[in-house]
Amino acid sequence: MPKLPAPPLPKVLQPKPKRPGQNGNGNGNGKLSPAEQAAEAGITVVDWIDERTSLSGGIRWLLFRKVPRGINWFYTLGSATMFAFLNQAVTGVFLAMFYRPDATGGAYESVRYITDEAFLGQLVRAMHKWGASVMIILIFLHMARVFFFGAYKYPRELTWIIGVVLLILTLAMGFTGYLLPFDQQSYWATIVGVNINGTGPFIGPYLSDFLRAGPEFGATTLSRFYAIHMMLIPGLIAALIGAHLYLITKLGISAPPWIKAEEEPELREAQV
Amino acid sequence: MADRHKEGSKSKYTADRKMPGSFEGETVNRRRFMSAAVHSSGGIAAMAFTLPALGFALGPIFSRVPFSWQVIGPTSDFSETGYSTKVLKIVQGIGEAGNSIAYVRKRNPQIDTEPADQYNQYVALSSRCMHLGCPVRYVSAADRFICPCHGGVYDFRGLVAAGPPVRPLDRFYTRVNKTSGLVEIGPRYSVNSELHRFSPRDPGQPLDGVGQYLYPKRFDTSLLPNS
Repeated sequence: MPKLPAPPLPKVLQPKPKRPGQNGNGNGNGKLSPAEQAAEAGITVVDWIDERTSLSGGIRWLLFRKVPRGINWFYTLGSATMFAFLNQAVTGVFLAMFYRPDATGGAYESVRYITDEAFLGQLVRAMHKWGASVMIILIFLHMARVFFFGAYKYPRELTWIIGVVLLILTLAMGFTGYLLPFDQQSYWATIVGVNINGTGPFIGPYLSDFLRAGPEFGATTLSRFYAIHMMLIPGLIAALIGAHLYLITKLGISAPPWIKAEEEPELREAQV
Repeated sequence: MADRHKEGSKSKYTADRKMPGSFEGETVNRRRFMSAAVHSSGGIAAMAFTLPALGFALGPIFSRVPFSWQVIGPTSDFSETGYSTKVLKIVQGIGEAGNSIAYVRKRNPQIDTEPADQYNQYVALSSRCMHLGCPVRYVSAADRFICPCHGGVYDFRGLVAAGPPVRPLDRFYTRVNKTSGLVEIGPRYSVNSELHRFSPRDPGQPLDGVGQYLYPKRFDTSLLPNS
């Protein structure tokens, strides 16, 4: 591939030519300007870290990859899902600062406080609530892209399997998070959801007992859902997203199905 | 490393595997012993916090929840022809979320064909729909119980009349306290379509035919009074 020339920089960003009589460093007396000193300090810190961790190689490996011809906006759905997850994680952490998993009424009262009184509480709660739906929608769009582009095929089967586990975990997040406002809707939806779990033969009755922490919806059901929603599943999702990204980087991105592989010159000759 | 693929690499004797410093008849050398010790102590350390945590999370499945008899009113509160609505406390300590509703009437031998005993002189039906657990409402004009969620309908005895429910409404044991003369309500039980008693099951779990084996008894529900 011939190297293309870099596009010209705008005039304000172009380095100013040195004035006559000046040596290498800006103001002529061999000292660095404060801006240059700050840049030098930043470079020193980054170099210090990189010398001890070799992080720059990993970052280059992760971010500066070769991608096939023909990739398009559909390939951003996975990143979009990840950013939806990050949105859920960040807003969730701050909602947890105000939320109380107290089934006697404290849970509903704390959600009411977040919505009605806390500064920006309505916004952060809405970001978490609507972001949850957005994340589910994006996951299915991403899954559809991978399915219809055939990107799940060899050697990317394990990436697909991890993605399916991530989908299930995300649905479990939706199920456990729905209870937390503890209003009538979330209470009865959870009753129905737990009983749907209970209809699985043989293990269903014990699964619903596990979810409720007992034979009836009880005092610890809410805190159990809260712990699963806030600690257990997010940790699993973060770890599996890491594995998913590792495999994507390791295996590379698949080309769209309409892109034909470029034939090797010798093969082309052999066909003729 | 090349030794590993030789025939002798399957042997349990370190000498056959040509390990350095091995001698005739030795199977566990220092290195093998140390790696086994490190792996097993790591495993024990991981188990030491995993197993108690797992048991802690799964414990409620196995701990039996006690029940108590609750007074729901004098015998004059109940008739044979219509239901009285009674609020029960089924879970302590969580406020209104621990309440449930029972519809109670006096047993009527004309229509209640199941065998009578000391625990069903008053018929107490749970308001829990046996489709997926929404609360049913007794509509006296129709003599039916109707569920708002997915359209389940039960007749006057609590048997399924229409819709998705898989079995009749759950019931509660009732008794008349001999000293006070008041009606008391006890633990829940489930019934199949012939009103045979079973230990309480969750909604959505049929008890007819093979259903009672597909959805076995749980460990945490209260024992039946007479079993």
